[in-house]
Amino acid sequence: MENIISIFVRSIFVDNMIFAFFLGMCSYLAVSKTVKVSMGLGIAVAFVLTITVPINYLLEEFLLKEGALVWLGEEYANTDLSFLSFIMFIAVIASMVQLVEMVVEKFSPALYNSLGIFLPLIAVNCAILGGSLFMQERDYANIAEATAFGLGSGIGWLLAIVAIAAIREKLKYSNIPAPLRGIGITFIITGLMAIAFMSFLGIKL
Amino acid sequence: MNFLRKYIDKIKPNFQEGGKLKMFHSTFDAFETFLFVPNDVTKKGSHIRDSIDLKRTMIFVVIALVPALLFGIYNVGYQHFLSHGESVGFWQMFFYGFMKVLPIIVVSYVVSLTIEFAAAQIKGHPLNEGVLVTGILIPMIMPPDIPLWMVAVATAFSIIFAKEVFGGTGMNFLNPALVARAFIFFAYPSAISGDKVWIAEKADAFSGATSLAQASAHEFDKIASVQDLMIGFVPGSIGETSKIAILIGAVFLVFVGVGSLRIILSSIVGLLSTALLFNVIGLNPYMDMPFYYHLLFGGFLFGAVFMATDPVSASQTAKGKIIYGFLIGVITVLIRVVNPAYPEGTMLAILLMNVFAPLIDYYVVDANVKRRLKRVKVSNN
Repeated sequence: MENIISIFVRSIFVDNMIFAFFLGMCSYLAVSKTVKVSMGLGIAVAFVLTITVPINYLLEEFLLKEGALVWLGEEYANTDLSFLSFIMFIAVIASMVQLVEMVVEKFSPALYNSLGIFLPLIAVNCAILGGSLFMQERDYANIAEATAFGLGSGIGWLLAIVAIAAIREKLKYSNIPAPLRGIGITFIITGLMAIAFMSFLGIKL
Repeated sequence: MNFLRKYIDKIKPNFQEGGKLKMFHSTFDAFETFLFVPNDVTKKGSHIRDSIDLKRTMIFVVIALVPALLFGIYNVGYQHFLSHGESVGFWQMFFYGFMKVLPIIVVSYVVSLTIEFAAAQIKGHPLNEGVLVTGILIPMIMPPDIPLWMVAVATAFSIIFAKEVFGGTGMNFLNPALVARAFIFFAYPSAISGDKVWIAEKADAFSGATSLAQASAHEFDKIASVQDLMIGFVPGSIGETSKIAILIGAVFLVFVGVGSLRIILSSIVGLLSTALLFNVIGLNPYMDMPFYYHLLFGGFLFGAVFMATDPVSASQTAKGKIIYGFLIGVITVLIRVVNPAYPEGTMLAILLMNVFAPLIDYYVVDANVKRRLKRVKVSNN
């Protein structure tokens, strides 16, 4: 139990997808203009991460890993299908995103319109594939740990995008030099936010 | 003073529209308004008039910092001679500290003012006084033996990347002085952490650990007495040691209405309640330490009074200020106790809450809008 809480907190603050690994930057930079829309995208990303990481964990454990197919019979003990992991993970993610897209379109057309192309693009968001690949690399012991990791990374990403969106809304009134307006200043803000997030570096729970 | 006024009036046309030195008008403007009260009046529209302006706000903060700075200068000398086991008079200690601290202040002011003047020139804007506060805050949160070039690099980094790129005073979202310290902290950690740096030219045999480092190492018997911690006879950054001097500054700031009492009090409440909670949990000796020690250690009080209350980077709404301050206190204790990598957490806690302050404001305003909309709907029915 303690282990799960530790993974959850670490993935929000210490191993934050944005500030520690700079993953999922494209939608993070493009959609963070208003808090409302970025909150919507953040929830979508967090949801997809929470669902796909455990599903991919099961795939990894029972299909892809070397010796994972042993439940079919002893003769598969040496089969290693991990070369398929990218395509399997992406397939799971894409179908999950399709589902989210349909739900958002049905229940919140306004959000659907303001997210535009970035909602289907979650499928190729590096934070989400990154979540599954980190899960593979870090070799979590059971599905609860993988779920905690997925949920934590999702919430970390959500926190990052709503924080920067609030800052950008505030900076509308700032007198930013013309060449830096838009993406340029957003990169600088992200760097400064990453300095602030370094406060959690080294926390052991 | 009259001849100065006349001289300024004489050269003024050169800097105005059509004059040959018009490109330097913001520099001229800065010097003129520094020396004399400007007599410009607005030409149209109605305005509410108050004598408080940016210049006065910033000067109030600098005045509030003076007690802590003076004590800091004295303490630099005191700690130095204490570590060498020499006993000398008050003025000798003060003079030694003065010679240590003055170069840092000069470097920080020269670098920040140069950049500020250049930026004002390029943009054709008047010069803002916010830099006066940043320039004095940076030396006060540095250890006395910090190499001067590091001060220069960090000041330049923070003034350019945390302030000027956003448009100067009042437009930034992080406190520039804290960014300068964080820059040194992560780029040159050995110059600003550990046991060696907190006493100027320390004798080798003398332990120069701060109270926070002693607490992290669970050496509770070595921690200075409460009285010494209050007055400030402990090693540390230049301005942070004396809690009494900081409290004098705090009273002044709150009295003139520049510092927010809400932020100061709520951050202290956050700090103490988290420390009390750790007392109850009590997993290790650090958690069992008397909770009020957290208030007396390190730079928390200095940060809460002079950094967290920065009206630009703090939360703007009344409710937001309380949440913002409370979380600063909570995160400070969390970093100190739970994170073994950093003994002190105030700087990082305030930076982190600066990042989230706009978000807190957004949701406070949003909740208010929703509440009032509901009221309108009820009364319409």
